[in-house]
Amino acid sequence: MAKQVFARILENRLIAAAAYSMLLECPALAREAQIGQFVHVLCGDKPLRRPISVCRVREAELTLVYAVRGEGTAWLAERTCGETLDILGALGNGFPLLDASARLLVVGGGIGVPPLLDCAIRGGAGHVDAVLGFRAHGQVILEEEFAAACAGVASNAEPAGSVTVCTEDGSYGTGGRVTVPMEELLRKNQYGAVYSCGPLPMLKAVAETAAKYAVPCRVSLEERMGCGVGACLVCSAKIRRNGTEEYLRVCKEGPVFNAEEVCWE
Amino acid sequence: MSLLNVNICGVDFKNPVIAASGTYGFGKDYTDFFPLERLGGISCKGTTLLPRLGNPPPRVAETASGILNSVGLQNPGVRHFISEDLPWLLEQNTVVIANAAGSTVEDYSENVALLAQSGVHMIELNISCPNVKEGGVAFGTSCASVEKIVGAAKKVSGNKPLIVKLSPNVTSIAEIARAAESAGADALSLINTITGMKIDVDTRRPILRNNTGGLSGAALLPVAVRMVWEVRRAVALPIIGMGGVTKWQDAAELILAGADAIQIGTACFANPFAPPELIGGLEEWVQREGCANIAELSGRVRPW
Ligand SMILES: Cc1cc2nc3c(=O)[nH]c(=O)nc-3n(C[C@H](O)[C@H](O)[C@H](O)COP(=O)(O)OP(=O)(O)OC[C@H]3O[C@@H](n4cnc5c(N)ncnc54)[C@H](O)[C@@H]3O)c2cc1C
Ligand SMILES: Cc1cc2nc3c(=O)[nH]c(=O)nc-3n(C[C@H](O)[C@H](O)[C@H](O)COP(=O)(O)O)c2cc1C
Ligand code: FES
Repeated sequence: MAKQVFARILENRLIAAAAYSMLLECPALAREAQIGQFVHVLCGDKPLRRPISVCRVREAELTLVYAVRGEGTAWLAERTCGETLDILGALGNGFPLLDASARLLVVGGGIGVPPLLDCAIRGGAGHVDAVLGFRAHGQVILEEEFAAACAGVASNAEPAGSVTVCTEDGSYGTGGRVTVPMEELLRKNQYGAVYSCGPLPMLKAVAETAAKYAVPCRVSLEERMGCGVGACLVCSAKIRRNGTEEYLRVCKEGPVFNAEEVCWE
Repeated sequence: MSLLNVNICGVDFKNPVIAASGTYGFGKDYTDFFPLERLGGISCKGTTLLPRLGNPPPRVAETASGILNSVGLQNPGVRHFISEDLPWLLEQNTVVIANAAGSTVEDYSENVALLAQSGVHMIELNISCPNVKEGGVAFGTSCASVEKIVGAAKKVSGNKPLIVKLSPNVTSIAEIARAAESAGADALSLINTITGMKIDVDTRRPILRNNTGGLSGAALLPVAVRMVWEVRRAVALPIIGMGGVTKWQDAAELILAGADAIQIGTACFANPFAPPELIGGLEEWVQREGCANIAELSGRVRPW
């Protein structure tokens, strides 16, 4: 159920070039938030709230990781500990939970990486491998958190999951696109699902790669939003279901969709 | 009679705060925050005779104190609305207004005829949507076409009060209002959005995939107040005012300018509790003014 919550800011710190991690105290949402859901954040006197994915839920606390893009996120970056943030949440339809026998591959790009952390930790899968892509070394976020999460998920008897970091300019980790290490992993292991979030061209390439290996793939889409709760229809994405194309609401039916149903433009 | 209860064309509203068409869906989406019955009424998302896909995204852009939208009347069609959404709405103890749109006189008529036989309490004729290629606002911007479309709708609207929703994208809103009145409108609602555009200077692309869209939100209020004031002096019909209401003082301005009730839309995106806050504020205002009912304040601006 969607709620309006005034969450206390416990921490708001720079973690990479123009990327911040904000820790919020909000028991009501932390209890309910599911993996892949988002919160709708009021940014000062801006007429529209900003959708930000839930990166991590721990007890009464919620972590948001965001990049400064424009005026709204710049306002967010200026918030300090002890202030309260007006948020609506937890909104949308997230990633489905897997069962413990499944192996999960998460593939993230840039500021699409954060929601996948909670998938790795709370997604239910027995094993999780992560491929994380960034433009350059300065943008890399959450590498240690993923390393801990992927190591922690595997049962003691089996080797832990892997984390591969890619940079487009080759300044850190593996040079090039996420789909190269992704394909190596798909060749090596049997996956129950691929979960992905990131820029549209990357999502499309990830979806095609997953399809090539016949692994079910879910992608989290981004669209500009108004209400965030399903009432205004400004956030539509074109989805093909039962042979017909229709515009579904990223804030309600999404943000996570079955990759096979997405009409890539 | 309570402080806020108003009557428009024989329909009783428990308060004059109505959710604006297209911003509140078919009423279900905001019920996590408060029950629909708190509202005086809801004007539903505009429906057309046949389902419409709407425009490609992005469909929204933020501007100074406002937003642009180019939804393009995405809706499941009037028949689907009547069979799937209306039964629930009619159980919510609030006034249900259908918002009817179209692209030809014929499909407006057929749409209104279907709504006339349904359980809706009122019909709002949307001749002012700026986001569809044919029809929509084209009907709302000349007196001759307003008379034609309103006349045709009135013939088939049966016993349902017909509210005509006016576009602000006109030279003289008073003349358009008179045309709607002479063609048989039972009430007027205004204003719909003002057509606007926003460009990303880096990419030189408009933010909206449709290039242009309708401006709503706080930026609209002074235009809405002025237009309600002009229309109040031009016609005797009840007026539902809207455009940029975010707090009770904004609603009070529209009422003083001549509105009998108001609608609120965009403000709910930032503050889902804006409607109940508005209702509380208006109630205290009426009391402070020493009035028995808010209707006593309608049109009571003291112009210089
Ligand atoms: C479901 C969802 C989850 C998201 N999760 C995250 C996250 O975890 N971390 C993160 O950094 N970003 C995330 N985003 C993107 C984030 O919402 C935008 O970067 C942010 O809204 C930009 O706001 P701004 O005021 O800084 O930019 P401006 O360009 O000034 O914003 C102007 C308007 O455009 C909208 N807008 C601009 N870019 C985007 C975009 N990419 N997606 C949606 N709306 C946009 C804004 O919300 C605002 O209404 C998510 C988007 C969606 C839809
Ligand atoms: C996203 C969106 C969709 C809208 N859809 C409709 C519609 O279907 N029919 C209609 O008559 N008006 C529609 N409108 C206009 C509103 O009903 C209202 O006239 C306008 O937004 C001004 O009020 P506001 O500033 O309180 O939002 C829409 C407005 C928005 C923002
Ligand atoms: S943002 Fe309003 S329906 Fe999705």
